[in-house]
Amino acid sequence: MSSAAVVPVPRQRPSYLKAFGGLLLRDLYVLRREIAPFLIRVAMNPLLFLFVFTYVMPHMSGAAAAASPAARMAGMGGGGFGTVLLPGLMAVAIMFSGIAAVALPLATEFGITREIDDRVMSPLPIEGVALEKIVFSAAQSLVAAGIVYPLAYYIPSTPVQAHVTSWPFLFLVLVLGSLVSGALGLTIGTSVQPKQIGLIFGVVVVPITFLGCVYYPWAALTHIRWLQYAVLVNPIVYISEGLRAALTPGMGHMPDALLLGMLVFFFALLTWLGMRGFRRRVVS
Amino acid sequence: MADSSTIVEITGLRKVYGGKAPVTAVDGIDLRVTEGELYGLLGPNGAGKTTTISIATTRAVPTAGQVRIAGVDVVARPAEARQFIGVVPQYNTLDRACTVAENIQFHCIYFGMSRAEGRARTSELLDQFRLTDRATAYPQQLSGGLAQRVQIARAIAHRPKVLFLDEPSAGLDPQSRIAMWEAVRGLRQQGITVVLTTHYMEEADELCDRLAIIDHGKILVQDTPAALKASVGGDKIYDLRLHDSAAVEALRIELETTQGITKVEPTEGGLRVLARGQDGLLAHVVTLANGYGLRDVSTAEPSLETVFIRLTGRDLRE
Repeated sequence: MSSAAVVPVPRQRPSYLKAFGGLLLRDLYVLRREIAPFLIRVAMNPLLFLFVFTYVMPHMSGAAAAASPAARMAGMGGGGFGTVLLPGLMAVAIMFSGIAAVALPLATEFGITREIDDRVMSPLPIEGVALEKIVFSAAQSLVAAGIVYPLAYYIPSTPVQAHVTSWPFLFLVLVLGSLVSGALGLTIGTSVQPKQIGLIFGVVVVPITFLGCVYYPWAALTHIRWLQYAVLVNPIVYISEGLRAALTPGMGHMPDALLLGMLVFFFALLTWLGMRGFRRRVVS
Repeated sequence: MADSSTIVEITGLRKVYGGKAPVTAVDGIDLRVTEGELYGLLGPNGAGKTTTISIATTRAVPTAGQVRIAGVDVVARPAEARQFIGVVPQYNTLDRACTVAENIQFHCIYFGMSRAEGRARTSELLDQFRLTDRATAYPQQLSGGLAQRVQIARAIAHRPKVLFLDEPSAGLDPQSRIAMWEAVRGLRQQGITVVLTTHYMEEADELCDRLAIIDHGKILVQDTPAALKASVGGDKIYDLRLHDSAAVEALRIELETTQGITKVEPTEGGLRVLARGQDGLLAHVVTLANGYGLRDVSTAEPSLETVFIRLTGRDLRE
């Protein structure tokens, strides 16, 4: 009676890769079903922004036209507001995909429904489940950036001066920027209480967008020194400046190496924070 | 029975939730569950049952102690241990963005099955749990009982060694509860070990091969339901109520010397008699008590509730 032998179970390392792939497949599958909302979400903001600021405003006359940012930016050399906005709006699309693909769903999945439970119970370290969120979000960010590019290129009434000098650099910036955005989404999604998720637009999304060198190049802040240094803590700055360096180099931008370094730094920092938060949420 | 083999092994388990006022949820639990067994953790809410299950299923980290599932330490190697674990939590955690069939299918894929294998396993389970006609429904469209069945089907889809069910009948109507019991018994026939928590006596009694009664994070006793009930000291309980409480003591002395009666204890306004089931004994007791002003008598068989009250001095239902 007392001799209780432990059941011999064939020791088999679970296939992390298969579990990870399964999680990606699930997310893709769900996204495919919601493809129209996804496209509307990605395209609406840049579409309206471009339409108003680079098409409607330049067609105005008199005081309104003089006051428009388009007119002022035109004086900066390099091709007008449209050229400033091209990388900026792509950066916003990349960042916003991270929020929409990770932070918002996590809020419900951690909330009342606890839907994430089954995925957390898959044979994969918990960090793997969190990483899948980042990777899936990054993929969405890349698609979003790809959708914004033609909009930002063709809508402005003054020609946009885009010119890719190095494709590998553009690729690196896009991928790193998308990963930073996914990690940011994970950090926000795991640190905000589900009922406060509505607040993140006002408290996080709007400030990091407006202070993210999206609508102006970082160099243009030179006359407001304190702000120029203050915005350096904002990861969006490096995404928009990185795209500026890769796509519209005529505009003036931060040094390439610094941009890549900061993107890697923010990716590491936000991934660490996000995974720590994720673990806290699912393991007590 | 050949030699029994341990599939769940819990040793010296403790869990203290920190904070300003630390709470000891689990306070030194040791238990072993044998392969193929249906094991129950019975206790009131807040006894530490759910915490024990959370630790065993890698969702909580113990303060001290160890849990091994199929020999795998769940704290040191959680991802590996999860292969052997199926979990049905108290709340409905079905993926709201996927249909019933997709919930099961994706679960299969997470556990390394190919899409074809996953599809085959899914239709097999839908059939087994009589869910085929709800395959394309979304979780929000299911009743509590159906959602529960889907959760069980999903939890066993990867053929785990042990299925943990946390309060499986909480919130179910009586009919769904019976359907759930049937489903759980069916699992046992497939050789799946089941560990469940409950605060329903009948459920523990009805379903479990063995159970542990837990209170304040400690196991008070563990045995088969029959042995636990037998430990009460009789297989019949007669509750006598008398008109005159002054007569109680005299009747008690008389009853205690009666053959077949194992124990007599005072209750409010009367006596409780524990006896071996014996022809004519009840008639004898009633005749005897009549002489002392018997007002009412009720008979019962010892239940797990009786066991719990004896152990804790409290009723299980708060």
